[in-house]
Amino acid sequence: MNSTFIRNVLLKGLVLFLLFNLVFAAVDPAALGKVSFYNHLFAGRQRFPFGEDSSQSYNLSLFNLDAMFASHVIANGPKPADEYRIIVIGDSSTWGTFLRPEETLAGQLDAAGRSLCGKMMRVYNLGYPTISLTKDLMVLDYALRYQPDLVIWLVSLEAFPADEQLSSPIVANNAARVDALIARYNLPLDPNDPALVRPGFWDSTLIGQRRTLADLFRLQMYGVLWTATGIDQTYPVDYQRAQTDFNTDITFHNMQPPTLDESQLAFGVLEAGLRIAGGTPVMLINEPMLISVGENSDLRYNFLYPRWAYDQWREMMLARAEAGGWNYLDLWNIVPADEFTNSAIHLTPAGESMLAGRVEQTTLQQSCP
Amino acid sequence: MTLALILISIVVAAMLGLVTRNRWRIPLLLGSCALAVYAFQPVLPVRGLDFWLPTATLAFTTLTWILTTPREQRSWRINWPAPAILGGIVLVLGLTRYPGFSLHLTASRPPQTLQILAGLAAVALVAYLLTRFTKPGKVVLTSAFVFVILLFIVLKVPLLAALVSMGLRSLNHQSTSLALAQDLRWLGFSYIAFRLLHTIRDRQSGRLPAVSLSEYVVYVIFFPALTAGPIDRIERFVGDLRRPLTLTADDLGEAGKRLVLGLFKKFAVADVLAMIALNPTNALQVRSAGWAWVLLYAYAFQIYFDFSGYTDIAIGLGRLLGIKLPENFNAPFLKPNLTQFWNSWHMTLTQWFRAYFFNPVTRALRSGKKPLPIPAIIFVTQVATMVLIGLWHGVTLNFVVWGLWHGLGLFVHNRWSELIRRRFVALSPRWQAALNVGGVLLTFNFIALGWVFFALPGLSISVHFLRVLFGLA
Repeated sequence: MNSTFIRNVLLKGLVLFLLFNLVFAAVDPAALGKVSFYNHLFAGRQRFPFGEDSSQSYNLSLFNLDAMFASHVIANGPKPADEYRIIVIGDSSTWGTFLRPEETLAGQLDAAGRSLCGKMMRVYNLGYPTISLTKDLMVLDYALRYQPDLVIWLVSLEAFPADEQLSSPIVANNAARVDALIARYNLPLDPNDPALVRPGFWDSTLIGQRRTLADLFRLQMYGVLWTATGIDQTYPVDYQRAQTDFNTDITFHNMQPPTLDESQLAFGVLEAGLRIAGGTPVMLINEPMLISVGENSDLRYNFLYPRWAYDQWREMMLARAEAGGWNYLDLWNIVPADEFTNSAIHLTPAGESMLAGRVEQTTLQQSCP
Repeated sequence: MTLALILISIVVAAMLGLVTRNRWRIPLLLGSCALAVYAFQPVLPVRGLDFWLPTATLAFTTLTWILTTPREQRSWRINWPAPAILGGIVLVLGLTRYPGFSLHLTASRPPQTLQILAGLAAVALVAYLLTRFTKPGKVVLTSAFVFVILLFIVLKVPLLAALVSMGLRSLNHQSTSLALAQDLRWLGFSYIAFRLLHTIRDRQSGRLPAVSLSEYVVYVIFFPALTAGPIDRIERFVGDLRRPLTLTADDLGEAGKRLVLGLFKKFAVADVLAMIALNPTNALQVRSAGWAWVLLYAYAFQIYFDFSGYTDIAIGLGRLLGIKLPENFNAPFLKPNLTQFWNSWHMTLTQWFRAYFFNPVTRALRSGKKPLPIPAIIFVTQVATMVLIGLWHGVTLNFVVWGLWHGLGLFVHNRWSELIRRRFVALSPRWQAALNVGGVLLTFNFIALGWVFFALPGLSISVHFLRVLFGLA
């Protein structure tokens, strides 16, 4: 046995390993997200990648916004001249938990095949299952490069608490983007918030990025099954319906009645979103929610909202909409309780159809440039 | 096997290969292999079974050695280290049930020590009786052969396995309604059974070399080849085992190359392909013929890279231990016909069936008083061999159909070869190359279509998927 041979092999291996890691860290590994087979070999996804049970849903959650957009059908080439492009942003109800892509609000509006301003209306689902205005802002900021003609933005009170803005994983893991938004729009957010994940040099090496790289790779691989099956989430036959009986707790994010503290709500982020859109019209919608009839439903509308907080927030929204001249639709109660699925904001296909009908009606009344 | 277990195996093999003096080589290998039998065994829901099945592996192997070894070679004076090591390991592992002694070498907590002692005593008694009162005669060996086959059938027939599981659950006072065939997942038994059958048959035909109990047990449960082969021949294996172990840089280089290649094939290629490979769920979800073919091809390559990756790892580990395990794959998907494919896919399995089924049956059919016509003999032997290979994977209708698919394919190819050999003169090299490329594509697609029955659990879903493949669904 030649011990020099073994020593040399080990040394060379170690040097190559270190060198490869350092070179990898020196280039921007996050930019790899822009490399995608979607819209080339595979069909673009109808909504953002999201999911925990990848082997069943052929989908996964990741934090790379480049990769998320590159896998989306909106990134499929330049915008056609005859297309009236509408993007829909919002939370899981917009993304469409338990709904097939064509059953979501965006899917139903798109399937309607309407024309607007002499162009074909195409509607893109850019919802993402996290309730946070800052997340919506981040998506909107990115999506504007795809030249939308109209932004439909669905919001709910749960997206507003200021102390929760940075805690959603997709926001926390995009610290550089959040920094840029804070600086550009003077957002009422703290860039030193410990919730923001700030990777160090070693996190940028091949070893540090192994999970991220694996996710990017898995996203590409699941493109095969997404294209082959059209499935991007699991559809349980049976699930637990949204809660309709509650205890007497009526606090909302540590806020106590009788007054909802406006300073603790991130209206600044919402207004930044309206500014980001610039000349692109924005239709702001208070999304439908479950109005329960059950134990203590006189105190709470649903699991998310005590009545006092929600009512005050609606009044605030209406007042700001009037003052700011927003294109605002308050559709909070248009869907009956039996058209909600497993949460206070997740709709059945029929519930989505009711919502789509109202949104389509208003959309068609948009003035053309 | 998990990556962690494979890496541990590599470390163990490297240490054994590098530090073992030849005098200690076989005892240390024996101990490592016996420990691996327990360490590789997956957790089973029937209480204690994931301890008793590896113990049964050691017991059956020892008893088969007794039955296949002439009396004069069963000397206690020569062979005592093996039972001492095996018995000691079983006892030590049994003691890890007590707090503070856990070695994480058994799938779950071992049974009570008294039960283990009783089990060992029972095995020792049977071993004593067999040693005292048997010799490797026709009746004894045939009985042993039938016993292994019956055990194999029980484990592979889902209904029988579930019934046995019910019985074991009942003995353990566990719910019998939860009994499943998978409760009896006996790690490596398919390969262990083939090695036992090989030695029994070779003893019957007088070809089995004289080997000690230690050598025999190491051959049967050699840990690199325990879970996925290859199936070596004992005379070749023991030849390597008895040769002085001197690892050269070439050995280490070859071992390292095969290990890296195997790990890459298994964990970088096969596991990635597994994400998109055909399975019972996506077979019902796929919407177009084109993508159905993609899933099927992904399955074909996944199964190849998975299996050949394990083989590379086994060969690499073997090289570290001074054992040159036989090759199992030789670019099977690049072969221009089905016969060549089966000469290069899972080669040690097909060689086993050729030696112990195909050739004897062919000889028997040809040497009868009224021998069948040659084509009929070829048809019967090829179809029967391939159906048996199918059944080796599991006793289900789909594996029978898979075997029939290949058996008929081999027969058709045999007849076709015979036909063109007589009718056509030699082709120009260009035409020959074109024919080869066509042959490779045709053969690969024939094999891929066969995988439909292999990958899917039932005939109706297989037929549904075939209809999707051809745009008929």
